[in-house]
Amino acid sequence: MAQPADLLFSKEHEWVKIDGDVATVGITDYAQNSLGDIVYVELPKVGKKIDQFGNIGVVESVKAVSDLFTPIGGEVIEVNAGLDADPAAVNREPYGAGWLFKVKLADPSQKSNLLSPSDYEAIAVD
Amino acid sequence: MSTLTPDSTQPLIFELGQEGRANRYVEPGKPLDTFLPSSLLRSELPLPDNSELDVVRHFTKLSQRTFGIDLGFYPLGSCTMKYNPRVNDAMASLPQFRDLHPYTPDDMAQGALQVMYELERNLASLFGMAAFSLNPSAGAHAELAALLIAKKYFRDRGEVRRDKVIVPDTAHGTNPASAAMCGFKVISLPSDERGRVSVEEIKKVLGPDTAVCMMTNPNTLGLFEDHIHEITAAVHAAGGLMYYDGANANAIMGNVRPGDMGFDLMHLNLHKTFTIPHGGGGAGHGPIGVAAHLVDYLPTPLVVATPKALGESMGPPSDRLSFALDFDRPKSIGPMRSFWSNFAHAVRALAYIYSNGAEGLTKVSQLAVLNANYVRVKVSEFLEAPYPEICRHEFVVSAQALKKATGVKALDIAKALLDHGMMAPTVYFPLLVPECLMIEPTETESKETLDHFVEVLRGIVQTAQSDPQELFDAPVTTVVGRVDETRAARQPNLRWEAQRG
Amino acid sequence: MYTPHTERDIREMLEAIGVSSLDELLRVPADVALKAELDIVPALPEYQLARRFEHFARKNTGADAISFLGAGAYRHYVPPAIASLAMRGEFLTAYTPYQAEVSQGYLQAIYEWQSYICLLTGMDIANASVYDGATALAEGSIMAINANGRRKLLVSRAVDPNYRAVLGTYCDGLDVEIDEIPVRADGTTDLAALETAVASQAYAAVALQSPNFFGVVDCLSPAARHAVETSGTVPIAVISEALSLAALATPASWGAQIVVGEAQSFGVALAYGGPYVGFIASTEEHMRRIPGRLVGKSVDKEGRPAYVLTLQAREQHIRRERATSNICTNQAHCALIATMYLSLMGKTGLRDVAALNLERSREAATAVSSIDGIDLKFSAPFFNEFVIDVHQDTAPILAALKTRRILGGVDLGRFYPEYATCIVMAATELTTTADIAALVASLQEVVHVHAHAR
Repeated sequence: MAQPADLLFSKEHEWVKIDGDVATVGITDYAQNSLGDIVYVELPKVGKKIDQFGNIGVVESVKAVSDLFTPIGGEVIEVNAGLDADPAAVNREPYGAGWLFKVKLADPSQKSNLLSPSDYEAIAVD
Repeated sequence: MSTLTPDSTQPLIFELGQEGRANRYVEPGKPLDTFLPSSLLRSELPLPDNSELDVVRHFTKLSQRTFGIDLGFYPLGSCTMKYNPRVNDAMASLPQFRDLHPYTPDDMAQGALQVMYELERNLASLFGMAAFSLNPSAGAHAELAALLIAKKYFRDRGEVRRDKVIVPDTAHGTNPASAAMCGFKVISLPSDERGRVSVEEIKKVLGPDTAVCMMTNPNTLGLFEDHIHEITAAVHAAGGLMYYDGANANAIMGNVRPGDMGFDLMHLNLHKTFTIPHGGGGAGHGPIGVAAHLVDYLPTPLVVATPKALGESMGPPSDRLSFALDFDRPKSIGPMRSFWSNFAHAVRALAYIYSNGAEGLTKVSQLAVLNANYVRVKVSEFLEAPYPEICRHEFVVSAQALKKATGVKALDIAKALLDHGMMAPTVYFPLLVPECLMIEPTETESKETLDHFVEVLRGIVQTAQSDPQELFDAPVTTVVGRVDETRAARQPNLRWEAQRG
Repeated sequence: MYTPHTERDIREMLEAIGVSSLDELLRVPADVALKAELDIVPALPEYQLARRFEHFARKNTGADAISFLGAGAYRHYVPPAIASLAMRGEFLTAYTPYQAEVSQGYLQAIYEWQSYICLLTGMDIANASVYDGATALAEGSIMAINANGRRKLLVSRAVDPNYRAVLGTYCDGLDVEIDEIPVRADGTTDLAALETAVASQAYAAVALQSPNFFGVVDCLSPAARHAVETSGTVPIAVISEALSLAALATPASWGAQIVVGEAQSFGVALAYGGPYVGFIASTEEHMRRIPGRLVGKSVDKEGRPAYVLTLQAREQHIRRERATSNICTNQAHCALIATMYLSLMGKTGLRDVAALNLERSREAATAVSSIDGIDLKFSAPFFNEFVIDVHQDTAPILAALKTRRILGGVDLGRFYPEYATCIVMAATELTTTADIAALVASLQEVVHVHAHAR
């Protein structure tokens, strides 16, 4: 799956889509593939203030657990409640229905700390 | 080809039985509200009543759906699945051991205390430590105790800055987990190209914040850490303590001792080296041993011995002692578990030591190492051995090349072995070796069994090349095939429920 | 000796490896080579070994004394069917069921254990067992700490002192503080003090044991429960006499969210303290925090029902330093024994055994407290243990009973200075009327003697 062109990426294999001052966050196709079948996602609570690159949750698969680091800082305004019943959505559509949470940006300039799709492609290798 | 038995589903015990189908082990009791107000009583007890015959059939069938060492070869690396001698169980089942209450006064429990004392003294000598505590219930439990000892030891010395635990990247998973439970931070040490801990690498991370370095020798690759003395010296020079993970103790008895290698703390897995049955995953027993400067910190209680005033002057020296539990230990980290030890297992372990003596235990390790090297040399003919040198009691091979060529992974090899009436080796550990299989034959297996295993494994690798699908489908002769683990984790069904059934 | 190697085997194997002697395989650097002589017991042929251990066993004169010892380990009838089933080689010598296809028997048995524990406690989830009741309390407390992030625990003084000591050991490692709730005159926990304490919202959990160390039924009142729940404190129920679960209202019914305890009463031998088997159970909310192994039911690739270890990503072997616990081994074989016990006893048998425990303990309590100079210490209802006050130093009393081959109970002064003249005694279905008569007769003598000697 090629990286969608309108996203930015972190070294920890998360993506972020910025729309005004709201950012949607998820994990990349490479990440979901490495983890295997995802069984549970632990997300930060709505209202929580998170720092860029902070450890804010967990993605659990059958064989591994991965810390979730947020690629962008701000206040959590929404989480993907559907993942509770259907964590497999993260495997099926990591850039679509498998989104994780939305953040109201604290500092838009944090974008500059992230990777472009082509830069991310370079590190998303086995 | 499937030879699955027709009734490959075994009903749950809750799906059997009829209310009132009771076994009269005791006489009927009066209604409970005779004794207590009904506000304190439960209204329902939703458990089944099953006849003894149905229960016996149920569990007998379950046992037939379970593979143990008694059925076949069990080369599970890092687990030491050797034969569990029956005499050990017979001794543990003696009524005066089995029925002894832990609060029995010391003078009426002298036999139990003597068993604990003798075991402790024998382990201390065998492994070169000043003393052992039989308190911890398992290896991981003992590790936690060891780190608690280290934490307290440094606190007492005013060295509270020491918060780092150094662990090789080949370490067993419990090592870093135990460290975290004590508030220590883990530094992972990369192994060198020889698969060992590098003296230069460890010196880079040693410092005034070093608390403990946790290692095992031989390591989880089955390789002897030949620079161990330099490593322990370096850690001591930095003011840290050395901890020995005793999981691989089967490789060293009568040959080398952790105390002599410079370790300050160690644990043993009596359910590995000392033949305590694994029983499907426990109960284990994990004594913790320490050097002299740490004895005061051992978990409470310890068994202490004093010479008897008069009496027996014949027989073994320990018969001339009287024993007591010592709870008055102000520097101890405290107890790790509810009573004194997994005593029934202490009986088993001591019986095993009595069966062998020093010479026998030395032979055990020698032949464990012989068996492992024999299998290694043969298996290396068709699977890659990343460390092609003399190993100790276990070795690793990699199926990485096979995977690249045929798609067959270590997991598929493991599943195929199950169809041949053998247990699979450990797979995917240590993480250092891709598509890893860790093989530990143990010393109780005969050459014929080892030869058979090698031939079966060779056949599987050949099948990988000619007909890999056969391996992807394995196992096919077991009561169930590969289980959907994703479904188990995504839709957890962890108990029987009446309505669900 | 259990090594099958003949001289010829060894020769052929050395040749195949390409070395000339075993010593070549076991070379160690000189700086660590073994120099000391090992001080190990001499090897004995099996029949002499048996003699040696029978010699040890005979010295345990307490094993068949008349016993009123309880205090966390209980004497119950164990049907012989259990030993013949549990000691089957497949069960005894199997490893942890990581290869599910060849471990369906054990996995199913543990699934049944998990189910029994849920049915008995009223909880939603139970794990595959932990070492014992004390470590179960420590692990359960860690669950609560992970749930709400608070780093203090509130524990009743009536919880088993050994359990509290083990919790203390674990909390030293975690830098977690433990505060205590006092005990009332009737033997129950001071719930008013509990309510006041939890209101501070400083505690991750509050732990109550029922029946408590004094044998007394000790749970949250509706008011205390409300206070605990609104403060966000996790209520933990501690069970050290598992048989009580067959009779008493479930911990779920009085608000427990985590239930920890000891299942030794379900067929596991006293064995001088171990191995026993602990359990941890919780409401669904805490499922992902439960440590240790869990067996789940799934299907195989052909749709057949199949059991498997699940949610393993939480466990130490995958999470490593992020694990919620370092626990690896469970007590599978003891959990198997407990499952067999519960299956053989069934609902009817458990109820009958519980009733007999209630009856005999009352018989004993009434008989003993009718002796001049001895009172029942606590007035609250009890299960199968009770506390007597002998109003004098307990040591000579217990010593005198010992000479009459009676183990009268555990002296509370050992753990509670405020109860220095008290003894906790247990009576179970195995306690006979003759045992009680012997106890009463002996007590009458010794209490009389010592009272006069003061």
